Amino acid sequence: MPKVKVDGVELEVPVGATVLQACELAGKEIPRFCYHERLSIAGNCRMCLVEVKPGPPKPQASCALPAAEGQEIRTDSEMVKKAREGVMEFLLINHPLDCPICDQGGECDLQDQSVAYGRGTSRFHEHKRAVTEKYMGPLIKTTMTRCIQCTRCVRFSEEVAGVDEIGALYRGENMQITTYLEKAATHELSANVIDLCPVGALTSGPYAFEARPWELKKTLAIDVSDAIGSNVRLDSRGREVLRILPRVNDDVNEEWLSDRGRFLVDGLTRRRLDKPWLRRDGKLVAASWAEAFDAVAKINPGSSVAVIAGDLVDCETMFAAKALAGALGSSLLEGRQTGLAYDCSNLAAVNFNSTLAGIEEADAVLIIGSMVRDEAPLLNTRLRKAVKKGAKVFIVGPHWDPTYPATFLGDDLAVLGDLPADVVAAFEGAAKPAVIVGGAGLAKGGREAALALSERFNIVREGWNGFNVVHMAASRMGGLMLGYAQKGGIADLIAAKPKMVISLGADEVDFTKFADSMIVHIGHHGDKAAHAADVILPAAAFSEKDGTYVNTEGRVQYGEKAVFAPGEAREDWTILRAMADALGVTVGFDSFEQLRAAMVAAVPALGTEGLADYGALPAAPAGVKPEGAIAGYPIKDRYLTNAIGRASPTLQRCSAELIHGEAQAEAAE
Amino acid sequence: MADRHPEPDSPELRARWGNFAWTPENAAKASDIIARYPEGRQRSAVMPLLDLAQRQVGAETQTQGWLPLPVMEFIAAQLSMPVIRVLEVATFYTMYNIAPVGRFHVQVCGTTPCMLRGSDEIMAACKAKGMKKGHTTADGLFTLTEVECMGNCASAPMVQINDDNYEDLTAERVTFVLDELAAGRRPKAGTQEPGRHTVEPVGVLTTLTAMVGENHDYRGEW
Repeated sequence: MPKVKVDGVELEVPVGATVLQACELAGKEIPRFCYHERLSIAGNCRMCLVEVKPGPPKPQASCALPAAEGQEIRTDSEMVKKAREGVMEFLLINHPLDCPICDQGGECDLQDQSVAYGRGTSRFHEHKRAVTEKYMGPLIKTTMTRCIQCTRCVRFSEEVAGVDEIGALYRGENMQITTYLEKAATHELSANVIDLCPVGALTSGPYAFEARPWELKKTLAIDVSDAIGSNVRLDSRGREVLRILPRVNDDVNEEWLSDRGRFLVDGLTRRRLDKPWLRRDGKLVAASWAEAFDAVAKINPGSSVAVIAGDLVDCETMFAAKALAGALGSSLLEGRQTGLAYDCSNLAAVNFNSTLAGIEEADAVLIIGSMVRDEAPLLNTRLRKAVKKGAKVFIVGPHWDPTYPATFLGDDLAVLGDLPADVVAAFEGAAKPAVIVGGAGLAKGGREAALALSERFNIVREGWNGFNVVHMAASRMGGLMLGYAQKGGIADLIAAKPKMVISLGADEVDFTKFADSMIVHIGHHGDKAAHAADVILPAAAFSEKDGTYVNTEGRVQYGEKAVFAPGEAREDWTILRAMADALGVTVGFDSFEQLRAAMVAAVPALGTEGLADYGALPAAPAGVKPEGAIAGYPIKDRYLTNAIGRASPTLQRCSAELIHGEAQAEAAE
Repeated sequence: MADRHPEPDSPELRARWGNFAWTPENAAKASDIIARYPEGRQRSAVMPLLDLAQRQVGAETQTQGWLPLPVMEFIAAQLSMPVIRVLEVATFYTMYNIAPVGRFHVQVCGTTPCMLRGSDEIMAACKAKGMKKGHTTADGLFTLTEVECMGNCASAPMVQINDDNYEDLTAERVTFVLDELAAGRRPKAGTQEPGRHTVEPVGVLTTLTAMVGENHDYRGEW
């Protein structure tokens, strides 16, 4: 470990560290624009200049200089100060002074650093360069005159997204960032370049001119658009959430967020259920809460109750509904709305055991029936990293573009029983082999086949568990922990012919199968379930309630309430509590704290943040013979996967333009 | 070069160049070029291939040649690399023409040594022939560009026309060269100074005179 001196203080830095990292370890702030921890080093902004001895008698770019034994680094000398001022002056030569009309204002690296390290005045009297606007799709708004050519966006699209959509044309002062022929950026993580851009060149299109960062209340929450459980920050003003940004969590989402998680925000204010509705003579009519609960009481289901949990609900809601059903004498709970019926007796066998961060270390991966890019975009970036480190990836299922080299083994699951020699060789030689079963795989019994493969290739070994299931619903693991699983899946509920079905935002269910049941929908959007419901009780979206979520790797995380639900909508648990009164039973909680305490008492793992322990994998069921072709993947439109997304104009436009290829006319300014 | 833009993507462009493919000779050359690079590094061949393509387009259109977008896409496909990376290369180097040019691409050097030696007159002489910076003449013969140093400072001023440099120019000499080219003849490339072969000193030596007869060590005198 090399020893270096930073501003006179000696410290040891890890082998391979750069001078910039050494300075950071010493607690010194080094200004930078092009350097980013998660991207390759470019060294083209020159803002991170420091003085290094031994070396040439001039400042050096610390981001690209390896820290070496005996270096004396100065970050506070006159030379460094002058160098930073000079670089900043050059950067500002062509940067417009339009901060008052720039959306980055207030959270702009260039603004902050010019205040901290700049000269304060300009000596430049010539014309500034101007760059024509570039179209980058419905999500990214461009003002390319502001670009300081750090190329973070180019590196992100090449290295993290893996699609080479963005490039830098021309040279020198005339360098311009653009997509090929100004086509829309189509990658499912493309909007992360908005966060990466250190200036206001790439800003959020839908959020344009909405708010200033200092007006916003920041609330820590969990993304519900997929089962990754990305850590997000909800920025709200008044009663409206205006934008969603990722938070840094290296174990979960690093610092990225999928586009559908980021831009579903405008769906939170549209198509909302903001008052109770009752079906009278086949038509939904608005009602008061009292009338709604009267209607619920009139159903008088006795113990003939079933609860279906939707994809977006939190554990507290599911537990409250479970308590209500239990008080009524029913345990018909199900969350797998589309009819999956895999065995949930051992949760380790339906969990992403490698963990999201751990899968990066895998060196042989077999994906069974999962289009990872749509189902869990941030898992795909992890797999991409693993492949960059040398992992071999094999995929069973119809072809999709993984952005990394992968071998497709065909659609037929029968191949799992008779793996090609190269797959066998890769798995037998692997130190950390992994299988990943996705939604399409679960439907065809790929999970049982994967368990058999785990035994065959000894996938669970000292310090490594390579058996993974990737879910698509934010509520799935929490639901399974709370017992939202019947042996036969939702078919058991249909067979039971319950008098009353409580839908907790269950918008993906085929309610025609419940034609004889009264459907009480507790949900926040006027989506599919609301059309089938007999009683609609307006509830809160994820941004409007505290809640516990468990992601696909079994990580328990808490989200907080940013704003109040609109109109007469209430938090879900209060609705269920009031329903208990209407139905004349007691559920044993009167406040959210009591509810959470009861939930933790029932399922202790939900009480501790972090990975839940599901124990060891079960033995593979005997005599498994995988067969059947995977016809397609469950997600047909990656932007419209849930009720909030379907209500969002931004995501509707993404779907129309990026998936269905409709041309969108830009409004004339 | 801020006014340098690829020829816009249009149905006509696609119709004209969408079917671009190597001629048999160029196909052989292209595979030779690609074979120069190690396995897995084929995209390193992008620059010579772009040059080859530009020449083939030139031969097809009787011009110096240029790179229509479909041709760049063709090369990207051949090298299995993203088109945007090919476009980056083609727009970075000014030697790749990304918009149509005339039969002769007249590149007048205007950097300091040439300017001191009279590049303004050269430029004026070109303009007198009806050329305009950044444009092609109506007859499609000449495209005029002002460029930076071409490394011919010892025989400044100079112009580069397609693959040839014409040096030691005066207004008359450049007019002669242009006339010859327009008439379909090929004037002698290189220096236009009578009696000069390359960039050897003109007339008697004014410096390092002691070096003429034998090797002389000047170090003691400095």
